[in-house]
Amino acid sequence: MARWEPVIGLEIHVQLKTRTKMFCRCENVYLAREERNTRTCPICLAHPGTLPVPNKKAIEWTVKLGLALGCQIAPRALFHRKHYWYPDLPKGYQISQYDVPLCSEGSFVLPTEDGDREIGIVRAHLEEDAARTEHFGGVGGRIAGAEHSLVDFNRGGTPLVEIVTRPDVRSPDEARRFLQLLRQTVVELGISDAEMEKGSLRCDANVSIRKAGETGFRTKTELKNINSFKFVADGIAAELVRQEAAYERGDEIAQETLHYDPGRGTVALLRSKEYADDYRYFPEPDLVPVEPPQEMIDAMRAEVGELPGARIRRLETEIALDLAEGLVTSGRDALYARVPGDRRAVANVLMNQFAAAGIDPEGVNAEELGKLIEARDSIPRTTFDEAIAASGNGDFSAERYLGETVITDASELDPVIDRVIAANEAQVLSFKAGKEGVLGYLVGQVMRETQGKANPKIVSERLLEKLKD
Amino acid sequence: MIDTLRLTAEDAAGLLERKEASGQELTRAYLDAIEQRDSELHAYLHVVGETGDGVPIAHKDLVTTKGIPTTAGSRILEGYIPVFDSTVAARCKEAGLPVLGKTNMDEFAMGSSTENSAYGPSHNPWDPERVPGGSSGGSAAAVAGGLAPWALGSDTGGSIKQPASLCGLVGLRPTYGTVSRYGIVAFASSLDQIGPITKTVRDNALLYKIVAGRDPCDSTTVDLPQAVEIPEAEDLRGIRIGIPKELNEAEGIEPGVSEQVQKAIALAEELGAEVGETTLPRSVDYGLPCYYLVAPAEASSNLARYDGVRYGYRTPGDGDLTALYERTRWEGFGAEPKRRILIGTYALSAGYFEAYYGQAQKVRTIISQEHAAAFEDYDLLVSPTSPTVAFKIGEKAENPLAMYLSDLLTIPSNMAGLPGLSIPCGLSDGLPVGLQLIGPQFSENLLFRAGHALERALEFDFVPERLRG
Repeated sequence: MARWEPVIGLEIHVQLKTRTKMFCRCENVYLAREERNTRTCPICLAHPGTLPVPNKKAIEWTVKLGLALGCQIAPRALFHRKHYWYPDLPKGYQISQYDVPLCSEGSFVLPTEDGDREIGIVRAHLEEDAARTEHFGGVGGRIAGAEHSLVDFNRGGTPLVEIVTRPDVRSPDEARRFLQLLRQTVVELGISDAEMEKGSLRCDANVSIRKAGETGFRTKTELKNINSFKFVADGIAAELVRQEAAYERGDEIAQETLHYDPGRGTVALLRSKEYADDYRYFPEPDLVPVEPPQEMIDAMRAEVGELPGARIRRLETEIALDLAEGLVTSGRDALYARVPGDRRAVANVLMNQFAAAGIDPEGVNAEELGKLIEARDSIPRTTFDEAIAASGNGDFSAERYLGETVITDASELDPVIDRVIAANEAQVLSFKAGKEGVLGYLVGQVMRETQGKANPKIVSERLLEKLKD
Repeated sequence: MIDTLRLTAEDAAGLLERKEASGQELTRAYLDAIEQRDSELHAYLHVVGETGDGVPIAHKDLVTTKGIPTTAGSRILEGYIPVFDSTVAARCKEAGLPVLGKTNMDEFAMGSSTENSAYGPSHNPWDPERVPGGSSGGSAAAVAGGLAPWALGSDTGGSIKQPASLCGLVGLRPTYGTVSRYGIVAFASSLDQIGPITKTVRDNALLYKIVAGRDPCDSTTVDLPQAVEIPEAEDLRGIRIGIPKELNEAEGIEPGVSEQVQKAIALAEELGAEVGETTLPRSVDYGLPCYYLVAPAEASSNLARYDGVRYGYRTPGDGDLTALYERTRWEGFGAEPKRRILIGTYALSAGYFEAYYGQAQKVRTIISQEHAAAFEDYDLLVSPTSPTVAFKIGEKAENPLAMYLSDLLTIPSNMAGLPGLSIPCGLSDGLPVGLQLIGPQFSENLLFRAGHALERALEFDFVPERLRG
């Protein structure tokens, strides 16, 4: 069987959280659940005669993002009109960028087990987001079968940056990790909240495969509107399987736009791309070219801090890559650096119990958290979890949790263990018959009897010993 | 008794200033004249009749006026009442000019006779069987017919200069970028300019002074390099006037028109101007075809917003989204916009863009360069404004190409973004002939100065012969 190599390129849309919209002075509601059509004006409703005025902040932030992606900043960028017909596009065209985008030719470093992977950035350009259409009377809010549709123009005109990568991504997991790292970069630049589930970060994937050794590209398909990191990886994986199977059967792949259905784990046809859309691009005559001044570029460069990728590499000298990546892309690495103690232990707690508790790392007292983590084996698990949950409070002190110690003394535990064995005859029999999983249940019973204060490791050891008798 | 036929805007301002008439009396006089003559002239689409402290004004019906219908002569905007003022309307309001009404025009300013208005043509006050020119024909008919002291028009290919010429008035097409397009129903964004249509050059300068200047709502506007001067000079000493051969000898220029223009040029020499021949070898041959790619291409994009979704006409028929678009636009647009949308859509299509729109923009650069070369030797250029005097209603209505030739002499300098002033210079067969003065960018003060001196020497009577008391 031939070995197939995935060839994946990503197109990412990021909504900028500027105060106002891209081309008018309407408040950029940015994700807020506002009443529909309350953030509109004649400009973003495309009334006759209205003209766009570009948002300076959006241009600056796009430049800042471009610099973080290692891009060239165009000395004279152009806006173009991109035409298509849909009620979410009131002018009948979207103001976007075409052949001279603000940012181009960059690269983004993704740390991996096998060293740095460089994902090429073709371009990052600035445009306006479309409005939202809502369909009623059909199934699941889809347009097919709907009786009527309404348009909410609050989102229309939100500044939107489109980032296009080279087809350098080689696996579904790499795509997911790239996207998570890119998201963290955008969040740290302070230009977007970049939340996939809310649509302020959106990802499309161009997917094709080729036989190992082939240098050209085969026909690609486009996976549209994937709305979680997991689905990015799952969707691409499903599409890779489909393409491989097709080629193995001797079939061809058609150029299509696909939709990933997470419920079924399969891709479905959205529309055929046999006839390429004709957007009739031409330079927007209502706007003059954008010429970013050098002082502005310098100021933006100064605002770009150490990039998340570099921080992962730095942390990797202390802890495993996946932990380092997890800390950085979850925004917990700064806290990690502040918390004293065993590096692996701190990282593990931050990525597990601390993450599960959903605490904002920002205001945490690192010294106190360090004390808690250091003592985690000597205090009861429930007490530890309770303490972690409280660690975000301003007056958190580890002291009051450290007093409660776990029961490690066998003489104290044995009577409880004996009681549990006596009370669970059936389970004991099935364990002796070879069902070892039952041990966990018995440990649990002991933990319950001791209100979680027993050391589970010792309980487990004692139980095993007694059951062997 | 106020003689609105004879009264200039400057005269009217004098009456108000000296308190010889109140704003109310002034408006009343124009409303009476409208009542008396507009059934014959059909200069207005909507009469408002506001009163105020200043000289009342008529706006071409593509000048967006808050609370006052603005149709751009199209069925598709029937019933549309804007919620905002265009910048020029706002500036007139700030200057205290009450709105008399909105004037008739070729639909979306596409035409040279007002016969393309969805609401029927306007008639020339000099001969009601003839057209007043277009597309700002309603504004010209209103001023020449004594139904408004002055008016705003818009000029894309000659839509101010040509009707001014055909109605014996003064019309300025300003330098591109000196008057805001914010709130002007767009036809071809890179060419559209608002300008005054008046009885005298001084009136023209007074109104230009009110509307001109940078507008933060229109990114393509600039600060005027010099303040607007109201002309006083009575001679042309020190001014070099070039006669471009191609603009003065083009096929289709009526002998009576040439004769009057030559007499005016001779008079200019008597007034002290230095007159010589010059050449614009390719501007006249290529100007018109080039214009008929650029203007329809931009129009096809600008008119995409009329989709029946948010405002204006919407088909009463039932159906899906495509049916809504198709029927609304089929029923809402007249033949000329449809023709230009088709040409423009084709010119912007993938694979044709470079050959058509792209090539036309290159030719535009050549036209600019040719004019710049001529201005190395001359301060102003001169030619007839229109090849013909006012033609009969219906004469060219069925032949778009013949109609397009009306703008043969105004289009080249428009393509170069240059200002042009048309002043009446005599009669041919009892109908006014217009003289076109073209200057370099931002030469409005010079145009006014030269126009004023010539106007005084020519002693043209702007009151139509048949209406003189």
